[in-house]
Amino acid sequence: MNWKRAASAALVSLPIIVLLAYSLTLDPKEIPSPLPGRSAPAFSLAVFAQGEGATRRAVGDTVRLADHQGEVVVLNFWASWCLACRDEHAILSDVAEAYAPRGAKFYGVLYNDAPANGVRWIREMGGQSYPSVNDPRTRTAIDFGLYGVPETFFIGRDGRVAYKHVGPVSAAVLTQKLDSLLAAGAPAPRGDSASKVTVPANRS
Amino acid sequence: MTRLIGYNALWVALATAVFGMVAIPVGLRRRRLEWVQASYAATFTMFGLTTVAVFAMVYGLVTHDFSIGYVAQVGSRATPLFYTIISLWGALEGSILFWAWVLTLLSALVVFWNRDRDGALIPYTTMTMLAVSLFFFILLVGPANPFTLVSPVPLDGPGPNPLLQNHVLMGVHPPLLYLGYVGMTVPFAFAVGAMASGEVEQDDWVKLSRRWTLGAWGFLTAAIIAGMWWSYEVLGWGGYWAWDPVENASFMPWLTATAFLHSVMVQERRGMLRLWNLNLIVSTFALTILGTFLTRSGVLSSVHAFGEGPIGMYFLAAIAITLLVSFALVAGNSERLRSTGRLDGVATRETVFLLNNLLFTAFTFTVLIGTLFPIIAEAARGVKVSVGEPFFNKMTLPICASLLFLMGVGPALPWKRATADVLRRQLLPPLVGAVLAAAIAIAVGAREAYAVLAFAFAAFALVANVREISSGVQARMRLRSEGAVTALGRLVGANRRRYGGYVAHIGVVCVAVGITASSTFRTEYEATVAKGASMPAGRFQIRLNQVYGREEPQRSRIAANVSVMDGAREIGRLDPAMNFYPTSQQPIPTPAVRSRPWGDLYVNLMAFKPDGSNATLKVIVEPLVPWIWLGGGIICLGALIAMSTMPARRRVDAPDAVGRVPDRELVPDARMGASALAANTFEGAD
Amino acid sequence: MMHRWKVPLRSARLRAALCLAMLLLPLLPVTAQQPTSAQMSESELERRTREVAAQLRCPVCQGNSIQDSPSELAQEMKGVVRDQLAAGRTPNEVKQYFIDKYGEWVLLEPTASGFNLLVYVLPVLMLLGGAFVIVRAVRKWTTAPPAADGTT
Repeated sequence: MNWKRAASAALVSLPIIVLLAYSLTLDPKEIPSPLPGRSAPAFSLAVFAQGEGATRRAVGDTVRLADHQGEVVVLNFWASWCLACRDEHAILSDVAEAYAPRGAKFYGVLYNDAPANGVRWIREMGGQSYPSVNDPRTRTAIDFGLYGVPETFFIGRDGRVAYKHVGPVSAAVLTQKLDSLLAAGAPAPRGDSASKVTVPANRS
Repeated sequence: MTRLIGYNALWVALATAVFGMVAIPVGLRRRRLEWVQASYAATFTMFGLTTVAVFAMVYGLVTHDFSIGYVAQVGSRATPLFYTIISLWGALEGSILFWAWVLTLLSALVVFWNRDRDGALIPYTTMTMLAVSLFFFILLVGPANPFTLVSPVPLDGPGPNPLLQNHVLMGVHPPLLYLGYVGMTVPFAFAVGAMASGEVEQDDWVKLSRRWTLGAWGFLTAAIIAGMWWSYEVLGWGGYWAWDPVENASFMPWLTATAFLHSVMVQERRGMLRLWNLNLIVSTFALTILGTFLTRSGVLSSVHAFGEGPIGMYFLAAIAITLLVSFALVAGNSERLRSTGRLDGVATRETVFLLNNLLFTAFTFTVLIGTLFPIIAEAARGVKVSVGEPFFNKMTLPICASLLFLMGVGPALPWKRATADVLRRQLLPPLVGAVLAAAIAIAVGAREAYAVLAFAFAAFALVANVREISSGVQARMRLRSEGAVTALGRLVGANRRRYGGYVAHIGVVCVAVGITASSTFRTEYEATVAKGASMPAGRFQIRLNQVYGREEPQRSRIAANVSVMDGAREIGRLDPAMNFYPTSQQPIPTPAVRSRPWGDLYVNLMAFKPDGSNATLKVIVEPLVPWIWLGGGIICLGALIAMSTMPARRRVDAPDAVGRVPDRELVPDARMGASALAANTFEGAD
Repeated sequence: MMHRWKVPLRSARLRAALCLAMLLLPLLPVTAQQPTSAQMSESELERRTREVAAQLRCPVCQGNSIQDSPSELAQEMKGVVRDQLAAGRTPNEVKQYFIDKYGEWVLLEPTASGFNLLVYVLPVLMLLGGAFVIVRAVRKWTTAPPAADGTT
């Protein structure tokens, strides 16, 4: 055995080992979204569920982002077939009701689902304080770079996406983000860890 | 009870592996053959114990013993028996158990067939096999323990992953893959054994491991083809290869092993490339472990990913030890592995093998860097990037085309030296074939340069390889006045390795033609069809007869019954379906395929109206797809022919029972003593 | 080149060069022609849609392109590609739209610029380096004096 050669050959394999060790610290399901910090994509969608609270809109009304300039808007993408959406439903409804007097506008956006199913689901879940709009052919969802449901977007007074939340949202996150957006009117600093997206693990 | 039997068997097997690993160096150093023999007995015992554990698991699965962790994870009372049994390898822990079982089986066979050889090669080879087995036992009693206790015992389980209980091929593809993967451990163990024992200058390890490498390569080939077939039949996109990380993981060792099968011939005939071959076989093994790491640690998301957990660290340690130890061994021995041969000319088969190895190595490197680049980019740029099909196609198609070309040149060129006359005589007919094929391809409508090139080179290789066989047959018929069939049989029988190789080449041509044709001439049709109406699909019409549902114990199934119409004549019926499993949010499609030698009609149910009044169908016309499966079979047939050569005669004074010490002087071979000393006491170091 | 093969090849060097040329043939860049007319036929639009869709990664799948994936989101994304191409956007503009929404991750083939160039250049360098080593080795092995026991 030539031990000097042996040692140098072993060293050559070190970078591969280091790279693989580094790879263990990664989560392939975490994908950063480029949206936070950018202008929210414009949309114009028809209401299919009117909502119950002060922010109710008649069924068939068109909701445009352009009509909400200078307001804080929360968009929640959901579907009746989505199990995780059940977890966040009551929280969203309550927080939306609580913040309505301060001018925060909540909209549910139905993703990949029939409005009739959505209406039935809302009834089963005990109603919803804010209206939901339909997104035929999921064009708005794609505009927002949606991976799956539920995903929640916070749009600041400047019309920029301030924050994107993936998965069921908690009351703490909702109130914290809303408070800062309503107070400052400026977008929250981007780049926080929460702007990561988790892709569902099943392939279709 | 079943759980305890299985779990304890694994612990005892682990202890046995440790004992065997210790006994070998001790026995060699003290020159006590009975210690070495005891380690051989330990190898057989280890196999027996693992068999007990596997049977315990299968028994647990079949009897729905949900107190066993793995059964509670993948079992379900509603799952059919066949899928219950094959769920043994459907999830992480079970697949590791199955892997360990195959590994201990191969270890036992290696020992059984070579137990009477003198020298330190076999003891060190056995030690390597035991070390690899030990790693899997550590996984099995630690992070991948399938026999964990579940309490309270659930009444039923969720059943296997829906994707894995949807097709019979799931009973075929994983065992083949494990046999291929695990099989590559054997030549690796022989190579390490040769280096550790100091017997690497004799090429014994090459001769002893040759059939093992061929066998493992054959299984890996079959596994890759079966995996393609499964993907085609189950995933519903009409393709068979997506350059998914796991597909790449199985493909990379195949590439290096294929390179090895060729370059080892240069070593055997000309005494060259010995260092290179060691590197190839070590890389092949390292790539199998890397592939397992990538798929079992959740590092890269993939259709086959088995989920995350601490197991990644264990595999990382295994890769680190494998790379460090084996490359150190190769480099440390490099001075003793100088080429003894030389080349007589440039236009020879040896040179073609060198180019072949260059291309296979570049191919492996491209796939490796493409697979790992998302990790590299994230480390360097902090940005997630994807490396997928378009990249791999662009980068590897030139290599594939060149390899097809070489596959025709190699067999046409003689060893050692070729005159211009021989070259012309040998290469002219394949060239004519290539030009003809290119003309036909263009006439049929191929417009992409690569497609035309691929058809031309495929024809080139086909003519060259068929000519090698047919000229041999003709010579025999002429000289020995044999019939064509007899002549073919005897010709192949007389030099199985060579003609097995040509048969495998013909299989590769078949696969290449199938892939090129199906991707070049693929046409898709998609339409929403009302009940009773038809949609066009090439020269056929697809008529929707009805949409119907069926409840099965483990799933519900919605299917569309369609007729394939040729004009007014019905020529077949198909039932593409969607399966709804309680554990899966998305439906799992089951496409229906009408397979004919000249091409497939692939019908997928995309959507349907709940009242059954209409359905959206996607119909894909894919020419020559069955050629891929057929070609895979031909390649495996070639591997079988090449493997079927008789092994070198074993010593006649072999003991007739396992582990019994033969009645002859112990350690008669001075070589063994010296090399064992060198390896154990480091006296050989300079 | 085909013609060349019909005459006897005298020099080994020429033969080697021809072999090399044959091997390098597949490396020639194959450029697809882009139609310039503003008015696209239905089949032409379909073809270009497929081409772009094949380069975009389906967000809800595992490494499939939106061209291959049967999932609904992928189908709708493909619809977006078709609409944008029909509206006169170039394939690159369409791809940029998806990068803006989903990040660089959405491209199945990394952009050939900056650090990403490595993934394209390294394999080529490896191939060239290997070819150099082989040429040198073959030259050495063919000119060295015959070894005593080298041939069998």
